[in-house]
Amino acid sequence: MQSEETNKVVVQPADKEKIRKIWKVALILGVVTACEFAVAFILPPEYRMIKIVTFIMMTIVKAFYIVAEFMHLGHEAKSLIYSILIPMAFVVWLLIALIVEGGSILIVR
Amino acid sequence: MASTATVVGSQSGNLWKGGKSPFQASYGKLMMWFFLVSDAFTFSALLITYGLIRFSNPAYTGTVEDFQFSQEWWPIPEKVFEAVPFLHGVPLPLVFVGIMTFILILSSVTMVLAVEAGHRNDRKAVEKWMLWTILGGLTFLGCQAWEWSHFIHGTDLGTSARFLINGEWITQTIHGANLTVNEYGPPPFAALFFFITGFHGTHVLSGVLLNFLIFYRAATGYYDRRGHYEMVEKVGLYWHFVDLVWVFVFTFFYLV
Repeated sequence: MQSEETNKVVVQPADKEKIRKIWKVALILGVVTACEFAVAFILPPEYRMIKIVTFIMMTIVKAFYIVAEFMHLGHEAKSLIYSILIPMAFVVWLLIALIVEGGSILIVR
Repeated sequence: MASTATVVGSQSGNLWKGGKSPFQASYGKLMMWFFLVSDAFTFSALLITYGLIRFSNPAYTGTVEDFQFSQEWWPIPEKVFEAVPFLHGVPLPLVFVGIMTFILILSSVTMVLAVEAGHRNDRKAVEKWMLWTILGGLTFLGCQAWEWSHFIHGTDLGTSARFLINGEWITQTIHGANLTVNEYGPPPFAALFFFITGFHGTHVLSGVLLNFLIFYRAATGYYDRRGHYEMVEKVGLYWHFVDLVWVFVFTFFYLV
């Protein structure tokens, strides 16, 4: 014990429920990653478009669990959630704009 | 006063000089979030650049079995990344990068457990979980170093490509990759690999250093003296972000 201590810290007991939830989210992330591998190797390459869409959806599911649970954003104030998420709309715009642009460059080449 | 008084209210009545903390979050956590948003833009720009350059190069149209590396088309990632340490010459597509992904996710889990222990002021548990997190980060960095080394040195056979040198077409065999030429595909492929995984790796490295600082300060009782473990939470946010970016790099660089 520090004698110069002004803030008294008291160790609280672990909440089993909370820790179970953390491992549950971890399990979800692991299972989704395993599914990504399954899709990558089981689906034949002819279904390229379906594969890409599934990968992106699974990535968003994983991102949701990491941001909402691990980074605790799901439990913050609503205004904070939106001020983080809404700027990401610019990313979607840039993605669409530059993918289309890339296709045009290929045609011009 | 605020219900989160354990963390925010140590100088009560003066949270952000206005007596009320915006978004009910502490100053440090909020600024970490805003930094992460800007960092997310940087990583998005890099990954979207990958998309732009990939779509402006011809895609390979044949079957996966017949695939060969060529300067003519963009490589299929599962053919590029199929090496695993100690298993020379055994094609195991995406296995190693899969292991790396699991390591990083696991180190993210141990980080949440450290944050949770910090909420309870449990110094012993914080130390334990921070050590696991640091170990995961270092393992990931080691894997990435191996991956880079293999990428740079290339395969045994290499790929032959034609180059216009002094007005004459000369056929040369390329082994491995650098910033001007690579055996896997068009030159920008290797440049993007180095840039994107390198930038992410730099983030992992700085994350490990920050994690170590947190571990050191927790172990020496600094946070006990301060009265709260909020710093673990702030660095935890950064560490989860690094994991989050890897989730996207994994999908858009290795899977799609």
